[in-house]
Amino acid sequence: MEVFLTIVFFTIFWAAVAKYGPILFTKQPHDDLVRCIFLLTAVVCWLFWLCCYLAQLNPLLGPKLNGNTIRIIASSWGNPIKEG
Amino acid sequence: MGSLFRSEEMALCQLFLQSEAAYACVSELGELGLVQFRDLNPDVNAFQRKFVNEVRRCDEMERKLRYLEKEIKKDGIPMLDTGESPEAPQPREMIDLEATFEKLENELREVNQNAEALKRNFLELTELKHILRKTQVFFDESVPTVYKSSGAYSSSKYRRYPQMADNQNEDEQAQLLGEEGVRASQPGQNLKLGFVAGVILRERLPAFERMLWRACRGNVFLRQAMIETPLEDPTNGDQVHKSVFIIFFQGDQLKTRVKKICEGFRATLYPCPEAPADRREMAMGVMTRIEDLNTVLGQTQDHRHRVLVAAAKNLKNWFVKVRKIKAIYHTLNLFNLDVTQKCLIAECWVPLLDIETIQLALRRGTERSGSSVPPILNRMQTFENPPTYNRTNKFTKAFQALIDAYGVASYREMNPAPYTIITFPFLFAVMFGDLGHGAIMALFGLWMIRKEKGLAAQKTDNEIWNIFFGGRYIIFLMGVFSMYTGLIYNDIFSKSLNIFGSHWHLSYNKSTVMENKFLQLSPKGDYEGAPYPFGMDPIWQVAGANKIIFHNAYKMKISIIFGVIHMIFGVVMSWHNHTYFRNRISLLYEFIPQLVFLLLLFFYMVLLMFIKWIKFAATNDKPYSEACAPSILITFIDMVLFNTPKPPPENCETYMFMGQHFIQVLFVLVAVGCIPVMLLAKPLLIMQARKQANVQPIAGATSDAEAGGVSNSGSHGGGGGHEEEEELSEIFIHQSIHTIEYVLGSVSHTASYLRLWALSLAHAQLAEVLWTMVLSIGLKQEGPVGGIVLTCVFAFWAILTVGILVLMEGLSAFLHTLRLHWVEFQSKFYKGQGYAFQPFSFDAIIENGAAAAEE
Repeated sequence: MEVFLTIVFFTIFWAAVAKYGPILFTKQPHDDLVRCIFLLTAVVCWLFWLCCYLAQLNPLLGPKLNGNTIRIIASSWGNPIKEG
Repeated sequence: MGSLFRSEEMALCQLFLQSEAAYACVSELGELGLVQFRDLNPDVNAFQRKFVNEVRRCDEMERKLRYLEKEIKKDGIPMLDTGESPEAPQPREMIDLEATFEKLENELREVNQNAEALKRNFLELTELKHILRKTQVFFDESVPTVYKSSGAYSSSKYRRYPQMADNQNEDEQAQLLGEEGVRASQPGQNLKLGFVAGVILRERLPAFERMLWRACRGNVFLRQAMIETPLEDPTNGDQVHKSVFIIFFQGDQLKTRVKKICEGFRATLYPCPEAPADRREMAMGVMTRIEDLNTVLGQTQDHRHRVLVAAAKNLKNWFVKVRKIKAIYHTLNLFNLDVTQKCLIAECWVPLLDIETIQLALRRGTERSGSSVPPILNRMQTFENPPTYNRTNKFTKAFQALIDAYGVASYREMNPAPYTIITFPFLFAVMFGDLGHGAIMALFGLWMIRKEKGLAAQKTDNEIWNIFFGGRYIIFLMGVFSMYTGLIYNDIFSKSLNIFGSHWHLSYNKSTVMENKFLQLSPKGDYEGAPYPFGMDPIWQVAGANKIIFHNAYKMKISIIFGVIHMIFGVVMSWHNHTYFRNRISLLYEFIPQLVFLLLLFFYMVLLMFIKWIKFAATNDKPYSEACAPSILITFIDMVLFNTPKPPPENCETYMFMGQHFIQVLFVLVAVGCIPVMLLAKPLLIMQARKQANVQPIAGATSDAEAGGVSNSGSHGGGGGHEEEEELSEIFIHQSIHTIEYVLGSVSHTASYLRLWALSLAHAQLAEVLWTMVLSIGLKQEGPVGGIVLTCVFAFWAILTVGILVLMEGLSAFLHTLRLHWVEFQSKFYKGQGYAFQPFSFDAIIENGAAAAEE
């Protein structure tokens, strides 16, 4: 569910960039070149984000950390190590 | 509707100009810069054209202006550059300009000659002054020595040649030595010496001395002293160092010889009285004359300065005017002269949308010249290929230049430049992705953009800077997109940002952490189930052991994904071209099989990547667990080669989804089936059409077939005409070459896009090396010394970051991106066989003229 909402959010965001970007950022929103630029930007940025998201969605392997890194993460990222 | 997506529609026009109005009309067109004239007199050599005399006169004026400019720069006078561009003068103004330049040049030459003469005179007097000063020392020092030396010589000569001691010689030498000499020499009869004094270049003095010694066999006595201050050579203004010399000798024969040697060494001899009182008197006279000369020289220089200052105010404008006149007459030489009707006939290419603008300019020119007959602009039908004109602005010009460097588009062909505006910076950013490096590049580009008016005004001849400045919008976009990809890669100078909180959590207890050097988090228990929402999870940046493995898998996939989509986009562009040129045969039998081939093989591979990402997870049971995840590359190879896949691991399926085997076999067969269609369909149809045309001479059928067969890009809208029929064998050969190139190219180009992964990995690793081996060492230092060390280390790190990671890596990524566009993308649709529209434009001519002048 969280995954679905995130994908929907970013898709709508970049679609909005493609549709409303020419209006907000330029003086000639109906110029074909301007619309082409914003549409291409939205598509490539969206696709790049999507690939990164999907690549991490179902990881086949986990990160391998050394002891020092684990201790730093525990203290810095609010991820305490259990006692015992 | 003018746009950048295709080149502008061009029209070949014939222009009839009244003779008296032609100059003004061409002047207006030059200001406009929208007309490319054709040479209607290609067989006439340059010296036989009608306006060759006017061109020569302009050349002469330009030479005079360059002479003035050289003199102005020599005096260091600043030239006024208003940046405005005056209109081309009327032809009658040309005479006024000629007279003005002639007068200025003559006046300046006269002033220069006068100054030179005065300086020469000044030099002579200065040298004489130095001689009169130095020789006093010579006479004071030398008198006792002269006595001794001359005594020795005299005794020797007296014994050998007694006849020299006659009264006549005695009297003559007495005059040279003066009264003191006569009185002093009373006891001896042969102590009478002559001398000459002069000035010589210091570097010639040693040779001069040796020559005197040898030629006179040691019978002369030379004394010299350096003139401390350098003297100015009046011919070229150089500062030279000279020395004063005086030579004592005996006898007329030696005198003659000494003078010849002085002349040979270009020494200047000056009269020098021996008596001190006479020398003092002469020195005072020389000083007076020197002061007078200084006054006159100063006035001459002031006059020259005033002339040059007055000229400097107008020199830029004069250059512009003369260049415009010359350009106009050069252009008029391209025209045909119709003697009977007293008009000039021109042919020119013009953009179709601008014909009204051009008509308006012609009307303005006619009114200005006072002519009553309006010029006539007729469109002509032509079968020639028009020039390619892409209307650009300051933003799009650089991207268009990138495309034109590969090849100018064929007329009305789809222009890659609009899409390159985004795909170029984006693909660069995929390789260069780093938030920090991208920010540096974006800020540099932004600075150039914000300051572009000031920076453009300072016209410099530094080629590297001009390239950077010309590409400032590209640099800015590359920087911005690199910041975006840097955020996605979660990489800022090789470190991560943890904005949303890592979605991986530790589940080990303390004893486990203590006992193990490395621990691997499990996707089953330690992963939240939903990934980090924006970009790469920061855990991967610190996963030292297997970070590269994960990043490699990810970056290779995105390289192929973007590469294949980029290529598909290129093939779709060829659909636009075929549709526009109504090339039905190419549309059906080239575009469709090409697209099908690319989709069924390579886009299918992209789909497999997405399926693998979505379907296989460590949390799933077999057959969709991590152990069962197949390699996409091996799957693809097995698919193409019809190999039976290896037996899968235990409890795993052979294929990723149901029916995959059948689909893969079908896709490969269809893709392979597309190859003979690409290869044979078009030539066979052309051959069939030609046979049909020979049997039944139907013009319509022939026209359609020919239009389909040969890329009829030039004669769009033209009537039926005789086009050269390409030989059938050549058509088959060309089609074979293109088909092989496309099929093999699809494979190699897909592999070529992997450079996106390779450069991205290299860039990230280099940044990490700089962190690990440079900056972190500084950060580990402690105490006050640590601060100093860190400052030095940071400076070193910063220099390397900018010098290597931004500049060198940026250039490398730029070149690779350029290749991906020129070869991988444009080979799918772009012919690039046009020639650029080069309008008659004063701005271009003056810019080139100024650049040539500075060289």
